[in-house]
Amino acid sequence: MSITFTLNGEARAVEAAPMDRLLDVLRGPLGLTGAKEGCGEGECGACAVEIDGRVVNSCLIPVFQVEGATIRTIEGVAGERLTRLQEAFLAHGAVQCGACTPALVLGCEALLAEEGQISRAGVREALAGHLCRCTGYQKIIDAVMDAAEDKR
Amino acid sequence: MSRVYRPKDLAEALQMRADHPEAAPLAGGTDLMVTRHSAPREAYLNLFNVEGLSGIEVIQGGAIRVGAATIHRQIACSPEIQRAAPILAEAARVIGGRQIQNRGTIGGNIANASPAGDTLPVLLALDAQIEVQSAARGARLIPIEGFFKGYKQLDLAADELITAVIVPDHHQDALYFRKVGTRAAVAISQVILAGRVKRVEGRVIEARVAFGSVAPTPIRAREVEAALIGHPVDPRAADALDVHPIDDIRGTAVYRRAVAHRVLRTWLRAL
Repeated sequence: MSITFTLNGEARAVEAAPMDRLLDVLRGPLGLTGAKEGCGEGECGACAVEIDGRVVNSCLIPVFQVEGATIRTIEGVAGERLTRLQEAFLAHGAVQCGACTPALVLGCEALLAEEGQISRAGVREALAGHLCRCTGYQKIIDAVMDAAEDKR
Repeated sequence: MSRVYRPKDLAEALQMRADHPEAAPLAGGTDLMVTRHSAPREAYLNLFNVEGLSGIEVIQGGAIRVGAATIHRQIACSPEIQRAAPILAEAARVIGGRQIQNRGTIGGNIANASPAGDTLPVLLALDAQIEVQSAARGARLIPIEGFFKGYKQLDLAADELITAVIVPDHHQDALYFRKVGTRAAVAISQVILAGRVKRVEGRVIEARVAFGSVAPTPIRAREVEAALIGHPVDPRAADALDVHPIDDIRGTAVYRRAVAHRVLRTWLRAL
């Protein structure tokens, strides 16, 4: 079937079987490899993307369900320059192997966009579904708190 | 390749359910997509973003009607649910991580009927009712306790869909929710306790003690409820608990029984 949606601000159409995973359609025909497959069953969060303003695991989304949706992937986050959060990730060393990073940045950007006050506990709760095996999370939380300076 | 039926609204979904009983209802996909390869279905019936299946509204008597395709995140953030049934909002906050809460639905949690489903003991403690509908016979309401007939067995006909959950207003009762898992988040529960106590002049007149992950279905511990009724809360009522969990990959029966007793006593002591 042909599926149309808005991807990182552009109208796109793609041919796929309805039950194909959004993750595979993004990484294959659409060539966007920022979303990673870690576990493939919704536990690790490495495949997270934003659909209609909500961060979800793209390994659990049958592609037919994004007909007409607005999708943002990590490739659509930065413009000419890195975002404040991305700069904070660099400054705090919140990236090591990088496998979890694209999804984590998306998850953190969504958190910064949605909630008024931000606390370390709130960041931990919001990021519970993103596994990182390198950093021990502290540097990631430091980076988010830094980027959220005016919302603490 | 699996067929997918895509109704535009609830009426069309009910008709498709009747015409294609082989199609597995698919909402947020957080359970079904995991088994897409290991246990593929020949067809699916889409229930996500179908008009008339989601949303939270206050109905008569202050009860709350939660559409079956309402996502956990919306339940966690709902002021109406936080007021009338805060333990349901609490449970919705600890189902998977944020990405799961943004997609998984309460109707899916019920339909999947896992003994470890996080909202299920809560719905038992709240005396919730399940609304199901069919194109042929319309709607019927089923008390949640009768809805789980056995392991993954529901009181649901082949042409019916779960369309809503009705949750009474219990804001004046003492409510409790506790999930025990291997991690604080994104863990399948080893023991879930949901409790509700109504007291008049210090004496318990109504008690609900419900557990998940200790039996083939979510269950009420009626022996504990009976021990609580009629007098001030006595934590020793926890000693009446008689559950028979199994050994599995997440924990042993002995451990689960001990933890179930301990979390129950902890709640009763705090009342």
